[in-house]
Amino acid sequence: MQAIFENLPLWLQGMGMTLLLTGLVTLIGLPLGVLLAGMRVSPVAALRVVAAVWTEIARNTPLTLVFFCTAFVLPKLGIVLDFTVGAVIALTYYTSAFFAEAVRSGINSVPIGQAEASRSIGLGFGQTMTLVVLPQAFRSVLPPLINVIIALVKNTSVAMGFFVFVLVSVAQRLSNVYGDQSLQIFFGIALSYLLITVPLGQLVDHLERKWSVQR
Amino acid sequence: MSGSVLFDAPGPNAMRRSRILSIVFAVAAVVAVGLAVYQLWLGGAFYQDRWDIFGQPEVWFAARGLMAGLGTTLSIAGIAAVGAIILGTIFAILRNALTPWVRIPITIVLEFFRGMPVLLMMLFILIVFASGAYWAVVWALIVYNGAIIGEALRAGMRSLPKGQRESGLAIGLTPLRTTLEIELPQAFRIMLPIILAQLIVLLKDTSLGYIVGSPEIIRIGRQLVDFYDRQGGPYALSMFFVLLAIYLAVNLTLSALVRWVHKRVSRPRKGGANLDGTRTEAVQLPTEALRQQQRDPMADTTRYPGAGMEGGG
Repeated sequence: MQAIFENLPLWLQGMGMTLLLTGLVTLIGLPLGVLLAGMRVSPVAALRVVAAVWTEIARNTPLTLVFFCTAFVLPKLGIVLDFTVGAVIALTYYTSAFFAEAVRSGINSVPIGQAEASRSIGLGFGQTMTLVVLPQAFRSVLPPLINVIIALVKNTSVAMGFFVFVLVSVAQRLSNVYGDQSLQIFFGIALSYLLITVPLGQLVDHLERKWSVQR
Repeated sequence: MSGSVLFDAPGPNAMRRSRILSIVFAVAAVVAVGLAVYQLWLGGAFYQDRWDIFGQPEVWFAARGLMAGLGTTLSIAGIAAVGAIILGTIFAILRNALTPWVRIPITIVLEFFRGMPVLLMMLFILIVFASGAYWAVVWALIVYNGAIIGEALRAGMRSLPKGQRESGLAIGLTPLRTTLEIELPQAFRIMLPIILAQLIVLLKDTSLGYIVGSPEIIRIGRQLVDFYDRQGGPYALSMFFVLLAIYLAVNLTLSALVRWVHKRVSRPRKGGANLDGTRTEAVQLPTEALRQQQRDPMADTTRYPGAGMEGGG
């Protein structure tokens, strides 16, 4: 712990990068995920197929391999990205699929009658989705979405292997310097992660209790 | 709710519109892919020397390396999966212990394990226990996934009707034996899809071994790429596609297996004939358990700390 307090700027740098990655990826990935989920249930076959293929491939590829692509493969093809930008792209691609699945399961949790009713008063697909289904899906979808964000916070750690300085990198660097304190250092960094994830988890619990709908 | 409720069975107009949209979108997609390919071509993705490795005897050398890497990946995943299920069972039992002296510390420890990245745990084991990269990956995956599976089993046990435990105690089983012989087997059955989905996540997480330095498939791939780079053969792109194909093949097969198991488990169990040849009606699972099952298990592959296991916690 002492080592972390002595190197507070380093810790702040790692923490800042972890939060920055989480924030940016959520900002870009969440709308993308909603779009993908909408495409997945849309009447247009081509959209459905594209969304299904995207989510299936993204969910079944290890994040490390996606990072491998942005960090080592793209530069060979003349697309040289800053490592942080590469990390944002990799994480967004990977996480958008999970956002999409969370939203889709939320859409599925809205009772059929709601959609049938709005269809029968003559609303089109777009109106049914935006005016009736999505607003109701929102409350059941928020807890799983936050769970995806929690997973995202933990996934940002993979960026460490691809030259981005995140919280885990702090643990590694400090334990190299202060070999005798590595136990406390790792404990401290683990606590730093819990500092982000536990409040989010509490929020999920709270929302689930407050918003759980009896259907 | 299936997608089809969201729109009418298309009439001629809607069908035409949908077809036009499909075509427009397909064209847009083709153009986008075309642009990407053009960009790749500018970068030299299709120079013959990027792909010629597949036509040379060299490819067998690389393939042997990759197979060894795949072997490491699968063996790590196999050992860790078995270990995680065993540890998860132990966690679930301890988490339900009667004395708060066991229950509360275990709860805190589980919360702690689930809230940190696996990578941090791998580095921790690697540096503090100096166990070597292979076993660091194995142990970290066992502990992390053990915590998650333990929580899943506990949620499964809680979703059982109270009568299960009570009748176990009533026929004179000790609380431990009631848990082991009555509650856990049922919890396993209810949670099987979620546990299997978590094991697929475990398989994907073995790739983190790349960062801590265990010789799993992506690391071998990277080394091969570097090796050929030095000889002037730029194979990063082709290597990426080979790795992607391998992972997709393994994971999609396993995902299909999970869906199949999920469908099987959702059906009420038929059971065999009774001694006198009659059949007993299948008992419906409790509603709480059914609600757990209606979720697509693959949609739950990202997990939370702090959040209870939906419904159950």
